[in-house]
Amino acid sequence: MTDRIFGLFGILLAIGFVMAAFAIEESFLSDVVGPKAFPLIIATVLGVSSAVIALRPDPEPVWPPLGRLAEIAAAVLVMVLYAELLPVVGFVISTAFAAGYLAWRLGSRPLEAVLVGVGTSVGIYVIFHLVLGLSLARGPLGF
Amino acid sequence: METLSSLGDGFAIALTWQNLGLALLGCFLGTIMGALPGLGPSNGVAILIPLAFTMGLAATPALILLTSVYYGAMYGGRISSILLNIPGDEPAMMTCLDGYPMAQKGMAGEALSLSGIASFVGAFLATWGLILLAPQLVKIALLFGPAEYFALFALAFMTLGGVSSTNQAKSAFAAALGLGLATIGVDTQTGVPRFTFGEVHLYDGLDFLVAIVGLFALSEVFIFLEHHRGGSEATAKKLKIGRLTPPLSMIKQCTPTMLRTSFLGFLAGVLPGAGASLGSFISYSMEKRLVDKEGTFGKGDPRGVAAPEAGNNAAAGGALVPMLALGVPGSGTTAVLLAVLLSLNITPGPLLFANNPDVVWGLIAALFIANFMLLAMNIPMVGLFTRLLMVPSRILMPIVAMVSFVGIYGISGSSFDLLVMIGFGVMGWVLRKLDVPLVPVILGTLLGNTMENNLRRAVEIDNGNWWTLFSSPLALTLWTIAIIGFLLPVIIGRRVKASMHKREDEQGAIID
Repeated sequence: MTDRIFGLFGILLAIGFVMAAFAIEESFLSDVVGPKAFPLIIATVLGVSSAVIALRPDPEPVWPPLGRLAEIAAAVLVMVLYAELLPVVGFVISTAFAAGYLAWRLGSRPLEAVLVGVGTSVGIYVIFHLVLGLSLARGPLGF
Repeated sequence: METLSSLGDGFAIALTWQNLGLALLGCFLGTIMGALPGLGPSNGVAILIPLAFTMGLAATPALILLTSVYYGAMYGGRISSILLNIPGDEPAMMTCLDGYPMAQKGMAGEALSLSGIASFVGAFLATWGLILLAPQLVKIALLFGPAEYFALFALAFMTLGGVSSTNQAKSAFAAALGLGLATIGVDTQTGVPRFTFGEVHLYDGLDFLVAIVGLFALSEVFIFLEHHRGGSEATAKKLKIGRLTPPLSMIKQCTPTMLRTSFLGFLAGVLPGAGASLGSFISYSMEKRLVDKEGTFGKGDPRGVAAPEAGNNAAAGGALVPMLALGVPGSGTTAVLLAVLLSLNITPGPLLFANNPDVVWGLIAALFIANFMLLAMNIPMVGLFTRLLMVPSRILMPIVAMVSFVGIYGISGSSFDLLVMIGFGVMGWVLRKLDVPLVPVILGTLLGNTMENNLRRAVEIDNGNWWTLFSSPLALTLWTIAIIGFLLPVIIGRRVKASMHKREDEQGAIID
């Protein structure tokens, strides 16, 4: 079932790709082939391979239970927040939180998670910023 | 003769203190990356790319660092195979078969050092193979026009799924996905934006380093979260190393095996798409058929440890041949290395040997040096590496994730790239669940623009005649190989994969 859905999704993707390709504006500079031809070739390969996947599906993969999926979704959310907050609160604080969260969700006890978070953050700060001179995001506290 | 003097120049470059230090660092980090279950050579190199960039290294030192990581990871993969029966990476899978039984018999130390020696022999001979074969390949490559290059890229994609994926439709899907991602951004020929949806950040296209780190490193973190793999202390406590040097008779017994499988592995590496996994698989299978008269293979035969290790390390060297000479990588990790080269504004291919001989020969010399370092490091320091295996993944994976973020942020300084990387991480996780190979995706994003440019140039030269792509004998040959390479796995691939999995199931203890 998974592969049938995946194949259908792939076909839709290919159709979307074709439509977007036709929407590309031609410039007056255009060469013989133009900017549309290659995307159209790719869309064809995408569509045909998706159709084959839908028609000849592999055995069902093992999907994680809902709780585990929620776990991954939460991690993604934390990472997105991390990316957004990095320029606001600075590198050291946001990294400590993100690394600590991941350590906790991977099975660390709370104290260990805090240590992993702070250790990772400070360790990276020292090696990458102080030793290698990489500029990391600066927060309101100056680090 | 010319080759030898070029190699001499290469050594002059590689033997500076900075480059020696980088090789040593790369070997050490690579061995750790390879030894830790779940982090293979492609992950290892992907995570350390940003490090190379942030250190502000020039092209040659950066390459020396990263190829040392590559060779180191190929060496390191065997450690957890032998001690834990968990391959550090896919090519090390076959090493479990006899390595773990040897360890159970109390010969862990001997198995480790023997496999270190086998890795050395494989990699050493393959580096010579690289020296002899790459310049010859360059001569052929100079005959290539745009049409032939287009056919060559098609060949690389069509053979890439190869025997490592059972489903050619999924390999084709992966390649098309990658190529499609490469078309995002402003078209280089006409200056029209394509598939950017008005997002200014996308005008430059997707940065393939972002794609690589997301697809490999972050998706690994999600896999760990999915299984909630806390750590490996329980298994790691049982480790006992024993004596660290194999008896001379054992080395003698394994020498013919190592020589044969080095050759075989090298060939497997040169073929695009086959790579180290196939190298170790056919090496083990051939040796078993050839020398296993008493049926000791699979029960702790030293030759069963030497064969896959020599084979996979030779394949790692072999995979560098098409990458350097043609710009078409032979394996996942060489695809990642190609990305590094392109980011450093160096285009691999025949012109690389003419325009940047210092890069090529410095790199090759560094491979020799890395090899000796790895041999010297791997025998006495095996105890240290085994202790590192005990770092539980609940501590390790957060560090991996954060280093990936820092690396990408350090290069671009933009949160947008981090979001794209997270997107790629999720995509990588889904694709892995669906059994879609990731390497063609990477290769597609990497080579898409060059492939399209060659297509357009070829048709342009022939005034819009599309048949020009199939008009020269060389192009026709490449297309023929491509089609055979695509169809052959459909016919025999299932059998090879099935027997690879059968061996896995017999061992029963391999995760994932």
